[in-house]
Amino acid sequence: MSTVSTTNTGPALKLPEKHYLNATYGIRSWLLTTDHKRIALLYLASVTFFFFIGGFFAMMIRLHLLTPSGYLLSADTYNRMFTMHGVAMIFFFLIPSIPAVLGNFLIPLMIGAKDLAFPKINLLSWYIYVVGGAFTLYSMVTGGLDTGWTFYTPLSTVYSNSAVAPAVVGVFITGFSSILTGLNFLVTVHTMRAPGMTWFRLPLFVWAHYATSVVMILGTPVIAITLGLAAMERLFGLGFFNPAMGGDPILFQHLFWFYSHPAVYIMILPSMGVISELIPTFARKKLFGYHFVAAASLAIAVIGFLVWTHHMFLTGQSTYAALAFSFLTFLVAIPSAVKVFNWTATLFGGSISFDTPMLYAFGFLGLFLIGGLTGLFLGCLGVDMHVHDTYFVVAHFHYIMVGGAVMGYLGGLHFWWPKITGRMYPEWLARIAALVLFVGFNLTFFPQFVIGYLGMPRRYHVYPPEFQVYNVMSTAGASILAIGYLLPMVYLTWAAFYGKVAGNNPWPATGLEWTTPSPPPTENFEVTPVVTWEAYDFHNRPDLGLDVPGHPEITPAHGHD
Amino acid sequence: MQSPLPFFPEQASNFAGHVDALFLFILLTCLFFAVLVTVLATYAAFKYRRTSPGEVGSLGEGNTLLEIGWTVIPLGIALVMFAWGAVVYVNFRTPPKDTLDIYVVGKQWMWKLQQPNGKREINELHIPLNRDIKLIMGSEDVIHNFYVPAFRAKMDVVPGRYNTLWFRPTKIGKYHFFCSQYCGTNHAVMGGWVTVMDPAEYAAWLSDEAGDVNPASAGEKLFTQLACNTCHLGNGTGRAPSLNGVYGGKVLLADGTTVTADDAYIRESILQPKAKIVAGYQPVMPTFQGLVTEEQILNLTAYIKSLQSQPVPAKGAGVAPATTGKK
Repeated sequence: MSTVSTTNTGPALKLPEKHYLNATYGIRSWLLTTDHKRIALLYLASVTFFFFIGGFFAMMIRLHLLTPSGYLLSADTYNRMFTMHGVAMIFFFLIPSIPAVLGNFLIPLMIGAKDLAFPKINLLSWYIYVVGGAFTLYSMVTGGLDTGWTFYTPLSTVYSNSAVAPAVVGVFITGFSSILTGLNFLVTVHTMRAPGMTWFRLPLFVWAHYATSVVMILGTPVIAITLGLAAMERLFGLGFFNPAMGGDPILFQHLFWFYSHPAVYIMILPSMGVISELIPTFARKKLFGYHFVAAASLAIAVIGFLVWTHHMFLTGQSTYAALAFSFLTFLVAIPSAVKVFNWTATLFGGSISFDTPMLYAFGFLGLFLIGGLTGLFLGCLGVDMHVHDTYFVVAHFHYIMVGGAVMGYLGGLHFWWPKITGRMYPEWLARIAALVLFVGFNLTFFPQFVIGYLGMPRRYHVYPPEFQVYNVMSTAGASILAIGYLLPMVYLTWAAFYGKVAGNNPWPATGLEWTTPSPPPTENFEVTPVVTWEAYDFHNRPDLGLDVPGHPEITPAHGHD
Repeated sequence: MQSPLPFFPEQASNFAGHVDALFLFILLTCLFFAVLVTVLATYAAFKYRRTSPGEVGSLGEGNTLLEIGWTVIPLGIALVMFAWGAVVYVNFRTPPKDTLDIYVVGKQWMWKLQQPNGKREINELHIPLNRDIKLIMGSEDVIHNFYVPAFRAKMDVVPGRYNTLWFRPTKIGKYHFFCSQYCGTNHAVMGGWVTVMDPAEYAAWLSDEAGDVNPASAGEKLFTQLACNTCHLGNGTGRAPSLNGVYGGKVLLADGTTVTADDAYIRESILQPKAKIVAGYQPVMPTFQGLVTEEQILNLTAYIKSLQSQPVPAKGAGVAPATTGKK
């Protein structure tokens, strides 16, 4: 029925002779590469580095909080730990993770292009990231940073005794890497789609990155300006935010959150994009409500810009402003809910397998559900007045950023690892790791909702003894979580060299990236592909070698019921 | 003290019951949706599990009616949450008329509190049961936040402005209060206890070991020490407007606008006198930025407040004539 069977059961699978990994050799060929796939791997190495730095700080925090009096760290050290945990994870891991690694690798492959629109700018953005990262690391080793990742003034600009300036400059610089990546994606998606790859045939991963890129381009300059002003206040004593010099500390918060709330969507939208690939692939069924899911991404990007003061309901801001922003916050929840319903509906009538990426997709669904729903409590003015700045908030955003964004990232890494490396990861070990992560994650963060509602404030190096039970649970969970993160790091690295050869399309999946060899050649496709099928359409793809009931030949789009 | 695994903090203020009820409403609604999605996804995962390696799913295309349904219904529910939350919050942000006012100053890393009669406390707050309490809060350095979990209420304490936080304690007892806005090294120990007392006991406590001067008298003394009284003459003949009756009233400014003389306006006029010039006067007042502490400003404000009952001179008053300031 099909000419080429691409499932990975055949004994004769071999890696292609020439591919992007062995096209050239030597350190120069990597550091001066303009191949989006190699740049993605450079990013993979750098974000993983920052992930483990941030993870180390997280582990210190959790160990310290095992007892109410905190036996491990001094107050100042503890404050540096949670600040640097936030800075490393948010600016140097979460924001670049999926876009700069998976997006970079996959967007040209998914739309049938040879590279991104501006390959040299793509490399430049990685170097900018590295320079920004170097400044921030410099801050970490020369006194650290103790302002909280939010850099609230006048604490950060006047009162802090830590290395604020290099960290702020580092984050400022890294922002440009984000802007350039976003720009590159937008231009690429607009101008470089293969023949037949219409806007509504684009994989939803691409739509999600399109929306993310808009946020990156419009939002990041604002954080750059904000941090620039803060740096000038700290270094040159210019009074922008310090009330003693006529500045307004609340102005800083407006500017900061104008970027940093949309930044949450920079972290979660790409992950939603990954889930929108995983669920149809492993349910072997078109995504339910494709247009609605694509529109939901754009709606999140747009409304996401209009909710920033929900971080500031208790700063003394006008009651009317609070009402307007609370209303908009409830509004932004709706497109996320629409996505969840569509993912769930996709499962009905599917043919579902439980390969590791799908386990991550299920994990994402559960954790994002909790993370998203607890956002309603915080957006609700009458509850926020109690839970604002408590552990309830900490739990909520970890469910979104770790439960959502990181689960999506890991699910995506497993799913595309065979494409990236040409080799399969060990399936059973990977399933166990996914399970360990899920259990460890919930044990770490669920108790934090409870201590939050009980009233334990964030960023406390010591706490009243009545909160201890939940803190012990949380620390126990974090230890399990740490194992859950180390496992994939180890076996994915191993698999890149020694895993079973995967073949072009081991799952099989419908995207263009699976029609080219694994790993792909430097130019991605030997001939420019022509797209004749809708996204996730398993029924009109005889080349996948699946048993489409009663339709061994290509069927017309509406020929089946 | 409580059960080993408590889920709710004590309810000890007028807000606590409302916040908890709202919380439970959202919790139950969310649980319903979470269970619904989980059950559906789990059911589908087993019902539609793959039975042969080459199997594909059905040709599902989507359903616009369903999409509209699961957009509109959650939106409706969200609006109910929004509206309920708004009602609780607006009440929380609107202090009632007759409150017991307590001045609070936050600084790294302690709280200084002052009762209306001048009695001072550090990291302790004593208040009478069932009385509306209003905290008028300022900061000497960075942003802090005054948070009493048992009252379900908190408010940032921001340098350069006054924020108020009101509540009515409804249960006698001792409750934690915390700083919940990260403020540097000892943020975690910048807290203390709120003691809610029987009103009679509170009165006894308040008059006990008196000796502190009440804020208005302290302010009056400062008013002379800082030579404010040489220009701000009570009879309106000075180089600066009389402050009699000005607090809470409307002030006509040189640019023709009016402003309400509240705590924030008075504070600004002391620290940045040129920001708002009263109509008919020259900008001659020097700034007192750096010369007075937050507590001294609070005392001066209390003194100016006490001048509310003094006779307003016909000419030379800061307070605007009755015809202006009304619509």
